[in-house]
Order: sequence, then C-alpha cells, then structure tokens
Amino acid sequence: MHLFGLSHAPDIGSAIAWHARDPGLAFIAGGTDLIGLIKDRAALPKRLVDINGLSELTPIKPLAGGGVRIGALARMSDVAANPEVRERFPVIAEGLLFAASGQLRNMASIAGNILQRTRCAYFRDQDDPPCNKRRPGSGCSALHGINRNHGIFGWTDSCVATHPSDVAVALAAMDAFVLVRGGSGERSIPFAEFHRLPGNTPERDNVLERGELIIAIEVPGRPEGRASHYLKVRDRQSYEFALVSAAAAVATDGGRIRSARLALGGVAHKPWRLSAAEEALAGIALNDTDKLRAAIALSFADAHPLTHNAFKIELARRVALRALQTAGERA
Amino acid sequence: MSNRDIGTPARQPVGSDQASTDSSASGKHTFDARPVRLTVNGRDCTAMVEPRTTLLDALRGALLLTGTKKGCDRGECGACTVHLDGRRVLSCMCLAAMQEGKRITTIEGLEHDGELHPMQAAFTVHDAFQCGFCTSGQIMSAVAMIEEAKAGWPSAATQDLTKPFSGCDLSPQEIRERMSGNLCRCACYPHIVGAVQAAARS
Repeated sequence: MHLFGLSHAPDIGSAIAWHARDPGLAFIAGGTDLIGLIKDRAALPKRLVDINGLSELTPIKPLAGGGVRIGALARMSDVAANPEVRERFPVIAEGLLFAASGQLRNMASIAGNILQRTRCAYFRDQDDPPCNKRRPGSGCSALHGINRNHGIFGWTDSCVATHPSDVAVALAAMDAFVLVRGGSGERSIPFAEFHRLPGNTPERDNVLERGELIIAIEVPGRPEGRASHYLKVRDRQSYEFALVSAAAAVATDGGRIRSARLALGGVAHKPWRLSAAEEALAGIALNDTDKLRAAIALSFADAHPLTHNAFKIELARRVALRALQTAGERA
Repeated sequence: MSNRDIGTPARQPVGSDQASTDSSASGKHTFDARPVRLTVNGRDCTAMVEPRTTLLDALRGALLLTGTKKGCDRGECGACTVHLDGRRVLSCMCLAAMQEGKRITTIEGLEHDGELHPMQAAFTVHDAFQCGFCTSGQIMSAVAMIEEAKAGWPSAATQDLTKPFSGCDLSPQEIRERMSGNLCRCACYPHIVGAVQAAARS
C-alpha cells in the first residue's frame, strides 16, 4: 500500500468540514472495500479519516409505521440479525446474509456496503488497463473484453460495469432513503436516485458530493415488506458476487397480487427496478406463472447484452419470477 | 499461550523515518509510525505501526505472532481470521492504527493452561487439515461462528429468518454456509465440518 495519513473524526461536523476542504481525504469505516481498493491502487487517498468513533451513527431503530432506521455505521451482521429488520423486511436480511462472509459482515458497515465499487476485473487490475472508472478518459476494456459478469441494462460505451451490492437491490425495491449530512444540512435521497448510470462519467458511482457523509438508511414501512425475498444466483453456492439477483416483495389479496416490488442486481451500474413489470403484475394470481412471466418480460424491452452475457437476460427473467413467487409464499 | 515477550519490537516498519504529521485544515493526520496499544491474547502490548500497516502485519511482523497466516491479503481466503473484541474479522483488511485499545485474540491465545481449546482438539481428532496453512483461520472462524449461532444470528442457510436461530440447529449445511469465508486448498472441508459440528456439540 502507498503511504497515507490517518486521523480520527471527533464529531460529525469536523468529519464533514475536513472532507469538504480536502480532495485527497477519504472516510474509512469497516474498510473492507477501501483497503482492497488501496491495495489494488484503484483508490489512492492521501489521508484517511476513521469515522468509527461516531457512535451516534451505529444504532438500528424501528420506526413508527413499520419502518426501520439503520445507522450508517451499523455492521452488516448486526443489521441482518436485527429482529425488526428480519420480521419487517426479510429481503433486507437476506440481501445481507447472502453477501460476503461471516468475517466481512462483522466488519463492513451498511453505508460502506452501498458505496462499494464495482468488481469489474479491469477496474480492479493493478496493471492499470484502460478503465474510465479508474482513469477517466482511458476507455473501457470490458466493452469488447471479457464481459460475462457485466451489465445488460443502462450501460454506455464508457462503462459496462455492474454494482456489486446485494442489500442495495433490496433497499431499492423497498424505496428506502439515504440520509446524508453536508455543510448546509441534511438531505434525504430516494434510493432510486442515489446510484448513477455511467453515462460519460462512470468514475462517479453515486450522487454524493464532497463534504457529505451518510448518516443513516431509512426504510419506511411498506405493505409488501413482510412478504419479501432476495434470490441470488452465482457461480459458487456461497461467498461470491451475484451473476444475477432479484429482490421481490408483494402485497396480496386472496392469492392475487395487489402490489409488487421488483429489482434486479448484477445487471446494471445501479440496482435495476422493474417498474413496467411491477405495474403489470397487479391483479395477477401468484400461481399464474405464464401471466407473471409475461408481465416481467415487459421490463426487458431495453435489455442489451454484451459479447459474453446474453445468458443474463433469460436468467434475470427466471430469477425475478422465482423471487416473486417465493415472496408470495410468505404472504 | 507461550511466555514470549510480545512487547514493543526494536525493529520499526519500513518508511517510519518519513513524513511526520500534517496539521492542515482537514485535521491532524499522522503519517509516520507510532505506537498502537492493543490487548493481544489477554496481554497489553504496544506495536509500532504506520497508518497503512494492517492488523495482520502488526501481529506477525511487530508482535511476532506468526500463527495468524497471510494467504491472499485481499479478504478472500480467511487465513488471517482473528477475534477483534470477540468478533471474527479478517486482519488483512483492517488497519492496526484503527484498533487502539481493542482486545484481540489469535490462535496463540486459544489454549488454556496448556490445554488445547475444544475446537483445536476437534480438528486434530477429525484430521481436519492437511498442509495446515488455513487451519488457524479455520479454527478462529469456527470458534466465533459458534458464538454467533448461540446468539441467535441467522445465516443464508437458515430456513425461517423471522424466528430466532437456535444454536443447536447447526446442521452441516449451516456450518458450510457460515464457514464459507475460510478456504482450504487441500479441500479438507468434510473433515472440517465434522470437527466443527463435534466441537459445537461439546
């Protein structure tokens, strides 16, 4: 690792002020992504600020109306073991438990999880091949390279990478909010607007500005929350990133879908909501597989495979269907 | 544990004679090596570390506790697993300078009064290793994993997340899932699962 400085944030205000003034400064919490990025020279911060002492960012609290507020520094394992999270949003607990390993879940914070950077092998390559995320303007090696693990939705010639977080897919399906504090106060970012599509600036993964710190993730109570499921398909049974995953949640009326929530992981630069499918799913019986399949297909009109990942289109449709039906069994 | 002195080593890490501190408008940052106080295996000790020194390198290089192994050094193999304030973590992915005052247990600290920890004993009885390189990480991970299960933490193999997990539900499937962060290139997995299951019952 390169030489860098380290300090400890005494309070949130100082942390934000330091970050705003210093483009070479990065926050560190669990460090499970950042330290890997530093070792791979995909991040070269001059100074790190340890924010783990900001204890007000740790609690997980139930909210009135059936929601939960998850402090930014809450560890993945604590969120996954939390009784309210498990009961109110099984999809969130599953999104966490199907990610990483026991050791990493004990270390990684929930805010760091949604900020983790892509696993694209070109981006992580220490030998510095062209990558617009790593070196803006250098090109995208994955576009015509080995792109089996890359996107089928929303990519551009600048970047075809996917976002690696599992729980972000669940949080997107639940329309959670990212609470952010900066120099001029707090803002609450709807989850769908937090991560960005690559466009021509893939070096920016999300809409956080310099001098902003995530305070908490808020998940409002949702009628679909309890009957929810996260399904992850990967090359290994455990401890592997998703090829394709789906977060599904339903509210039902006598075996028919009243409302549905569906988002995919492993297919785009951000969690990919299937809005057209969600609209079409209302009123369909959960055991009417043909109609469910047709409704889900509506969200695939804008899917565009790369050289090696056409399989993801059919796989994603099936994963979405199975996640939806499994969620329905919990209704 | 051994009576080896794990106090401050004479040798300082590379680069310790470089830049000192930077008191800019963005806080006071230390760049050079400085002491970090840790309680390792029940003993208070001090290690000289740079900000970039991982806990793994501090344990092995500064405190000369070489039972903890460096496998991938990227958080992928689990060989470097230690307990940090009672929880299993990957020491290759944390910075030593961020662990001031923390309680750390390594494989050297598991035995008690010259007796192997039940998990260590189970690994020998069940022949749960071949080359042994992953073993200290496997054992540290398994010991903490059983505590997680006893605390009612579910896993990806748990059928019903809405109910508290009962520690006695540690099936081979649960053990395999909960131990998936520890790789064994000799593929001793069936014997590791057997050892962990036996130790969990004892």
